This record gives sequence, C-alpha cells and structure tokens, in this order.
Amino acid sequence: MKTKHLKLSNSRISRRSVLQGATALGGAAALSTFGAGTLRAAPKKGGTLRLAMGHGNTSDSYDPATWDNAYVQVFATARHGYLTEITAEGSLVGEVATSWEASPDAKIWTLQLRDGLTFHSGKTVTADDVIASLNYHRGDDSKSAAKPIVEPIQDMRADGPSTVVVTLANGNSDFPFILSDYHLAIMPSADGKIDPASSDGCGGYVVQSYEPGVQATLARNPNYWKSDRAHFDNVQILAILDAAARLNALVTGEVDVIDRVDVNTAHLLQRSPGVKLMTTTGTQHYTFAMDTRVEPFNDNNVRQALKYAIDRQELVDKVLNGFGEIGNDHPIGRSNRFFAADLEQHAYDPDKAKHYLKQAGLSSLDVSLSAADAAFTGAVDAGVLYSERAKAAGININVVQEPNDGYWSNVWMKKPWSAVYWGGRPTEDWMFSTAYASGAPWNDSFWENERFNKLLLEARSELDEEKRREMYYDMQSLVSNEGGVVIPMFASYVMAHSDAIATPDKVGANWTLDGFRAVERWWFA
Amino acid sequence: MPFWDGQSRGDVLQSIWIMIARRLGLGLVTLFVVSLLIFAAVEMLPGDIAEEILGQSATPETVAAFRRELGLDLPSYQRYLAWLGGILQGDFGTSLANGRPISDLIAGRLSNTLFLALYAAAISVPLAISLGILVSLYRNSLFDRAVNLITLSSISFPEFFVAYILIVLLSQSGYFPSLATLSPGATFAETLYRTFLPALTLTLVVTAHMMRMTRAAIINLLASPYIEMARLKGLSPGRIIVKHALPNAFAPIINVIALNLAYLITGVVVVEVVFVYPGLGQLMVDSVAKRDIPVVQAAALIFACAYVLLNLTADVLSTLSNPRLIHTR
Repeated sequence: MKTKHLKLSNSRISRRSVLQGATALGGAAALSTFGAGTLRAAPKKGGTLRLAMGHGNTSDSYDPATWDNAYVQVFATARHGYLTEITAEGSLVGEVATSWEASPDAKIWTLQLRDGLTFHSGKTVTADDVIASLNYHRGDDSKSAAKPIVEPIQDMRADGPSTVVVTLANGNSDFPFILSDYHLAIMPSADGKIDPASSDGCGGYVVQSYEPGVQATLARNPNYWKSDRAHFDNVQILAILDAAARLNALVTGEVDVIDRVDVNTAHLLQRSPGVKLMTTTGTQHYTFAMDTRVEPFNDNNVRQALKYAIDRQELVDKVLNGFGEIGNDHPIGRSNRFFAADLEQHAYDPDKAKHYLKQAGLSSLDVSLSAADAAFTGAVDAGVLYSERAKAAGININVVQEPNDGYWSNVWMKKPWSAVYWGGRPTEDWMFSTAYASGAPWNDSFWENERFNKLLLEARSELDEEKRREMYYDMQSLVSNEGGVVIPMFASYVMAHSDAIATPDKVGANWTLDGFRAVERWWFA
Repeated sequence: MPFWDGQSRGDVLQSIWIMIARRLGLGLVTLFVVSLLIFAAVEMLPGDIAEEILGQSATPETVAAFRRELGLDLPSYQRYLAWLGGILQGDFGTSLANGRPISDLIAGRLSNTLFLALYAAAISVPLAISLGILVSLYRNSLFDRAVNLITLSSISFPEFFVAYILIVLLSQSGYFPSLATLSPGATFAETLYRTFLPALTLTLVVTAHMMRMTRAAIINLLASPYIEMARLKGLSPGRIIVKHALPNAFAPIINVIALNLAYLITGVVVVEVVFVYPGLGQLMVDSVAKRDIPVVQAAALIFACAYVLLNLTADVLSTLSNPRLIHTR
C-alpha cells in the first residue's frame, strides 16, 4: 500500500473494505452482528410472490431516464443488474463489476466486470454495454434524472471486453457507490447505444408481461449468477394506489407483501392475524428548505431561531405516528457511515429561538411556509404544528397550502421556504453534493458556505478513513448550525407482509422494500 | 309500437334517418370542439410532461432535452394541428410518457371499461325498471318507501364509501375478491366473479336514478284519461301499468338509462381505483397528472363519443316508441 493504491474487491480483503464493513455495522445496526449464523432457516426456493405497491402509473416506462417512483424502481431492480449493490448493512459489494481500483487521486477508476454474465436475451455483458448504459444518462441530449450524478464522468473507455476505465473530473473515493444508483441499470447495447424501450437486463428476473400502472409478471432468470438470491419462481408486482385497498388485499390474502402502509392505520394492521408490520429507518427525510439568498433567511440567526422553534418529537409522534426519528438539521441518517452521533441535538427551545431573533435584531418574525402533500404526506399538518409551536418564540409562520400538481416545478426552489422530501443518499458525499454543495442543481437552500464546499472537495478525494470521518463531522455540524434547511425528521418506510414471507435478519433501509431488492432477497418460509 | 296521426311507418323511419345523419354531423362538430377545449385546458395546466416526469429530479437542461425529444418545444397550435392531422387519418399517435401506440394503450382499457359498464348495466337496468314498476304499483306503501330509502341512500354515499362497505361485508368474509385485476387468460365466469364487487358498487350507485324516473314517468301517466278508461274497463292494476302505462313512459326512461350508461363508461375512476380495475378512467387521470396530452385527447374523444352515441341511441329509441316526438319543436 506504499503507493497509496486503493483496491476494493469482493474477494480480496483490503484495509478499506474492512473499515467500510466495520463502520457500516457499527453505524447501521448492531443487529447484524447477532444475525449471522443464527437459528433462522436457510432460504427456500419456490412460489409466486405477489407484491402490491402504492405507486405505479400508466405513464411509467422501461426508460431508465424516467424512473421516478418506487414501482418502477423495484421493477427495474428485479430485472436489471447494476455495477455495484448496497447491501442491507449499507456496505458496497460488486454486482456486474467484481472489483474496482482507483488511481491515488481517486480520479481514474478501473472496473473489472464479472465473467460469463449474460443478459436475459443471451447476449454476454461486455464493457461496451456498461459504457453505453452509463452514456445514456450523459451528454447534452440526456433527459435523464440521473444526469447530474454522472456529470463528473469525463471519459470512459473499454480496456478489453471486461474492463472499463472511467476518468472523473475530480477525485471521488465514493464513486463506486454512485454506480449503484437505480437509474444506472446495465442494459444491452448495439452500436454504442442502449434501447431504452427494452426490458432486457441481467438481473434475477425476466419480464413476462408488463402493463404500466397495472401489473408486471416476472419469472426467475434460470442463468442468474447469484446462487443465494432470487428465491421466488415467479413474481407479480401490482400497482394498488389506494391505501385501504392495498391493506385489504394483504389482509384477505390476495397479495403477500405491501409497501406504503398508511401510518394512521398501521396499529390496526398489527392486530390482524397472519400479517407482520415491517419498518426500516434509513436516509429518507423530510425538510423545510429556506432560500438563504433572500431576507430574512439570509441571516443565520433567523435560520437558527427557526431551528429551535420546531418541536421535532411532536412531529414524529403526530405526523409520522411514531414511524420515524427526529432529525438534527443535517441530511445524514443514523445508518450512514459517518453519522455524527455526538453532535448537539437541536431541541424545541422558544427562549433560545427568541435569543437568536434578538441577535438578528428582531423582536418578532413573520414568514410564509409553502407546503403540500406532494412534498411529503402530512407536510401541511407538519407546517401547522410547526406554526403553533413557533408562536411561543414570537415567530408567526403562515402556512401556505400549495397545489400538489406541479409542486416540484412551481413551488420547490421557487418559493422562499418550502416543504421537501428526500429519499436520501447512501453516502455523505453524494447527499451533500446533491443538495448542499455550491452550484448543485438541487441545492434547495441556495446555500453557499466556503468552508463547507472546501471540506466537501477535500473529503471526496481523501482516502484516509479517519480524516474523512472528521471532515464529514465538521460538515454535518456546519449544515446543522449554519445551513438553510430545517430537517425535523427521518421517516421510516412502513411495509407489511404475510407470515408466509421470510426475510433476511437485516433488511436494507436505504430505500423501501429492502433497498428495492425484496424481490430477490426475500423468500417463502 | 303505436303509430299515430296517419303517418306511415316509412315516413317515420325516413325522418329518423335524417335525424341520425344530422345528429352524427353535429356529433363530429362536438368532438372537434371537445378536442380543442381539452387541448387548451391541459396546455393551461401548470407544467408539462417533462417537468411532471422528472419531478424533483428536474434540472433545466434535462427538461429542455426532454421537450426537444418529444417536440414539446414547438408552438402549441402546431402540435394541435399535427395531432388533428393524425386523428383524421385514424392515427391516435403515441403516448408521450412511454412511447406506446395510444390505440394499443386504449384498446385494452376501453374493453375493460365497456365490460364493467355492461356488467353493471345488465344488473342495474332490469333491476331499476322492475323496481320502478313495482313501486308505482304499490305507490306510497311501506314497500315503496323502503325501496326509495335504500336506493336513495346508496346513491347519496360517495362511491368509494359504498365500495369499502361492500369490501368489509363481502370481501373480508371471503365471498368475493377485492382485487378486480384481470389475469390474462381468465375464463368468462372467473372474470364475472372477479369483477362482481365493482359491478355491484356501480349498480348501487346508478339504480336509484333510473328507478325513480321509471316510477315518476309511470305515475305521471296514471292520471291520463286512457288509463282511467282502462281502469273503468276493470283491468288489473298490474296489467294497466305494464301494458298501458309503461310503453308510453319509455321515452323518459330510455333517456335516463342512456345518461346512466354514459356515466358508467366515463365516471367510474373512483371505483376503478378502489378495486384496482384497469379501466379508461384511471388511464385518463394518470395522463392528465403527467400532462400526456395525446392520451388525454384520445380518452376524452372516446368519452365524448360515448355521450354523443348514447344520447343519439336514446333519442332514436324514444322516437320509435313515440313517433310524436319527431314533431316536437
């Protein structure tokens, strides 16, 4: 390691992968340390999984540029392979890629692809397919929602049929994590282009039929390379948008698994026999983002006052019905590697809020908060609760109920203060560069902090784990105490399944349904 | 069929053909106006398909690329004319959202919607008319009041509420499935079984209107002199209503049935959502939400057609049942 050459691999244990694994265990859940090798029976093959989801739209498509809801994300993950995969514990393993190696400045990445991997159509997965799949999201003509995350890729070239060399504009030691993004499915290419209307992939399940917004049926890929995954013979993914209908379908045994259980009726579900409620809390969080360029939010004292005027526990109890955790005004969740657990927790404190108002030269404050249920379920209620509590600090929050329709194009980042939903990102760097870095397209507080931006760049290419930890702690502290976003809560994903379904001991919390991978990770007991 | 005032059957048929031709012509004009209105309305909604699909992930560059790819950067009148040109050649175009041909997208949904509408009509129309006859026969009795109370209650509750009640009563106890999603290759009997609850919900929702109209139309006629004559002849009340009053009451009843059939085709999105039934309503709502204009247009045209054709059919049938209607001005 004297050249500081970074090597990560599944099969080979390197310093970094040991650290990664260890920190993920420590950060995510001590559960998994007990989990390994306990009494749980080994997964069994067979059966047809019927999964009902609270998303799904007739306008959904196979096109990876447009995957915008959990239905298409779970469906995509069932049929496609990705270069890397985030495990339930939050660490990274290879999928289409077996190993990856970075230059000392983390700018040039060499990915080794898995040998003998084939698409459902029988075509072998080659470096050209990988490059075409990533290229689809890049370039001027890209309409992809993933364009900003592949923007740092400067160049890609194939070095033989199973090696891809990626050159980044700036060093990024978390780059392999980005390759696990659900948009970046590896699809077969012809003449350097993928066919976005094709369902062909190299994942565990082959599409049998698909009617957007209604249902998809899949069958196990007989050539799937993972021997310990894809236990169901067949899978049916249904879109049941109505929460009561979804719940009823599970209770009457018409489906085996549902997501998006209505938190208001979740306690009733717990009483139903034969049905289990499941919650995971990861990186999904709900925020109120202020435009830090305009008055009064350009004054950090005002922002601090607003952060102390919110009763976080009350929001978790009443808006999330207890299915969540309080936030500390930074977007890093407890399951993240570098979560700053010892950072002082912002609590409801009207006196402190008043103190900060005084510092800002104000005796009272009148602000408008734009919210709609499109931002997150219960956003308007959360705003009203916030407004009631803030009164004690002399802050009048006028909650403006905006239309759900067009919320993201007309309200978010247009109105000075608005409610926002974030699914979160698996790494600190990814989350910060998406929504807090200077000039990032989704920096919804328009926050410009010189020290933060400098730390972000340094930490990205820093390979020393301890130094990175320190930097990310500093950044969380900066965002928490100087940032323009009030982050009161991290919301759990609430799902339910019948007793017949068995899951691994540790279920992924990075996305709903075991990190979108319930289809290949779960089985019938 | 009774024919009055010396008109021959041929004269009546001829004027009906003229009426059909004229109404179909007007129907085409209606469809054109509807398409124009819908297009303008969707254009006026904030945002377009690029912004709706990219949602929170939108950046100005990706939205622009999206619009370029779909031709949304063209002025709206050009897009409308292009769409109109396609329609005149029988081409519905492709969905902006997923590039599927709209004719394929709609065909399956339309047959689902028509199936459910016919299923519900097959239960509700005979039910409503027989109940209407019975209650006019026993008007103002306890039976009359009870039927009125029940049908009016079921029409007064929102559809989803009726649907949930049926689910609690008939689905959670295991009699009928609450998911109406059709698996390909299901037999006809299976399909009838799976879609029974939505059909029953719709039946409960539309029966009252038709039943009340049958009752009102019949009772209205019972005061006429010819009924009095029949009564003086000593005919039984049942025979008077079925043989003498009902044929003359058909005109208003047919009109109400047509209105309700049109409703069954166009207005059942809530029932589709609760029972997860893939019909046209859900397609239209999804497409409006995503601003997928060609799909919205196609669905709107089908709905408008349903109204035009059903109203025309109703008028033709009522005219046949009562040729005097030709001369009403």
